[in-house]
Amino acid sequence: MSALLQLEDLSVHFPKKRGLFSKSHEVLRAVDGVSLEIQRGEILGLVGESGCGKTTLTRAIMQLQPITAGRIQLEGRDLSHLTATELRLARLNFQMVFQDPYASLNPRLTIFSALAESITARTGPLEYEDIKQRVAALMERVGLSPSAALKYPHEFSGGQRQRIAIARALGPEPRLLLADEPVSALDVSIQSQIINLLLQLRCDLSLTMLFISHDLGVVRFIADRVAVMQNGKIVETGHTENVMDAPQHEYTRALLAAAPGLRRTASL
Amino acid sequence: MTTAAATASGEIQGRSLWQDAWARLRRNRLAVVCIFVLGFVILFCTVGSLLCNWSPHVTNLDLKAKPPGYEETLDRETWLRHKYDDLAPEEEQRFAQALKAGEGPENVTLRHWLGTDTLGRDLLARTMQGGRVSLMVAGIATAVALLIGVTYGAVAGYLGGRTDDKMMRFVEILRALPFLIFVILLTTMFGTRLWLIYLSIGAIEWLTMARIVRTQVLGLARQEFVEAARSLGLPTSRIIFRHIIPNVLGPVIVYATLTVPAVMLLEAGLSFLGLGVQPPQSSWGTLISEGADQMETYPWLLAGPAALFSITLFCLNFAGDGLRDAMDVKTAKD
Ligand SMILES: Nc1ncnc2c1ncn2[C@@H]1O[C@H](COP(=O)(O)OP(=O)(O)OP(=O)(O)O)[C@@H](O)[C@H]1O
Ligand SMILES: [Mg+2]
Repeated sequence: MSALLQLEDLSVHFPKKRGLFSKSHEVLRAVDGVSLEIQRGEILGLVGESGCGKTTLTRAIMQLQPITAGRIQLEGRDLSHLTATELRLARLNFQMVFQDPYASLNPRLTIFSALAESITARTGPLEYEDIKQRVAALMERVGLSPSAALKYPHEFSGGQRQRIAIARALGPEPRLLLADEPVSALDVSIQSQIINLLLQLRCDLSLTMLFISHDLGVVRFIADRVAVMQNGKIVETGHTENVMDAPQHEYTRALLAAAPGLRRTASL
Repeated sequence: MTTAAATASGEIQGRSLWQDAWARLRRNRLAVVCIFVLGFVILFCTVGSLLCNWSPHVTNLDLKAKPPGYEETLDRETWLRHKYDDLAPEEEQRFAQALKAGEGPENVTLRHWLGTDTLGRDLLARTMQGGRVSLMVAGIATAVALLIGVTYGAVAGYLGGRTDDKMMRFVEILRALPFLIFVILLTTMFGTRLWLIYLSIGAIEWLTMARIVRTQVLGLARQEFVEAARSLGLPTSRIIFRHIIPNVLGPVIVYATLTVPAVMLLEAGLSFLGLGVQPPQSSWGTLISEGADQMETYPWLLAGPAALFSITLFCLNFAGDGLRDAMDVKTAKD
């Protein structure tokens, strides 16, 4: 197995704002020298407390956030060496599912328009009939009825919206799905549905996934490997069972000890 | 279901934002009525003045300030004067030709429905002509403000950071320039032209629009659905026009309906100072200010123009509210 995505010494710093007049040169190291590999076809869980830099890391991979230092390699190719067109196509290989399904869908676009837009992002303009078929296929894939395509996001429940968000992320046929706490805004019963959907998609589409969660139980259930993040640094990585059952780092132990929901794994 | 959703067999049909908005708007009776009234006012001022026998410019000092309904008997020459009223030379020629050709009735009695003004001009004709000027100024200046303001504000808010700082500083500088001096400068350079009023009023109204839009967009640009659009690699222009601007249309429409009366008043102020509409042309603003001066002696000078002006503003308000609600997908209730 070779690495699909490789991060080398990736850092993202934010300038710290002090007073109104004094500009401090201190920086907030939101992501601080992260090296990480995601193998083809695996689900890598990323855990860590709130504010440790998980979202910033995914945004940096998505090219939504300029990186301060380090390299992002897709199949051994450094993204910073690509031309603008190559980069545009390369980054369609990553798509993101956001935490809040209420904020991640444009309230003014019907599901049809949103999905059509994401499909044509890779293919370019298509015949209307073709788009219709592809949108319907996409909706079926995430367990939605294509007849709901003309509705607006507010006409759906949270779980359905997250399905739509996943469908949109699948539109450009990505190879890596970055899921930033995709279930933490949902009911527990809905959570397991969405998680099972993600697992299903991984099988069907041989997707690779970076799955971020606070919930160690969920991560244990879904992830093949886990990376533990603290203050912008990865402190431990390894196979899920190894990390969960025999944590090496102090911080991982503390996280595990503080996780009340770990017993819930069986119920998923 | 709202419009042609045709949900039965899983069939998908296109349904655009505008179609939906229109369907929602139609359900708001008051707004629809107001839009029709606005349309009627526009027709009244344009087509109406073509049908009107009176010229807004021809004076008759024997008929100073006659009350509404006053009847005047015209001979053929006066009738033709009113028909070919324009001050342009070719109208003068046409008047001479028509007079020679014996066109028109020998003696007619016509009614001044709204009375005459202090120079004996027909008030109905003047109100129509003034309405054309006022509506044009309002329409063009508001359109300019919308076009420039919304685009500028959306770009500044979306790009954020330094670009935003620079762009908004430029707006502040323009706002700090005294408007009157700006207009006086323009008029001394180009003479008093009507399009100059459109331009200069539009040029100050877009500044506020840009600030309103920019503030709204600043919040929107960090929303996850915008990030999702960016992750699709969509061009910035597409993100701004498809994902950002449709989400700020509500406040924009409300502000635009507030801009229209502000523009009309500004035009009246400029005309009062002699920088705007030049006599014998009029506008609702100038008619109302003339009328207000003589309100006690000749109340009808004020009544006609003021009534039309108020109806227009009233309808604009309700039509604007209706449009805003229609734009909001969440008010879509079956
Ligand atoms: N645009 C930004 N400007 C300045 N600081 C930022 C910015 N974005 C994030 N940060 C800071 O970077 C740190 C990491 O934030 P991040 O959102 O990545 O955490 P997180 O691990 O995703 O937290 P959570 O689990 O709550 O989502 C935080 O201290 C945050 O305040
Ligand atoms: Mg986060």
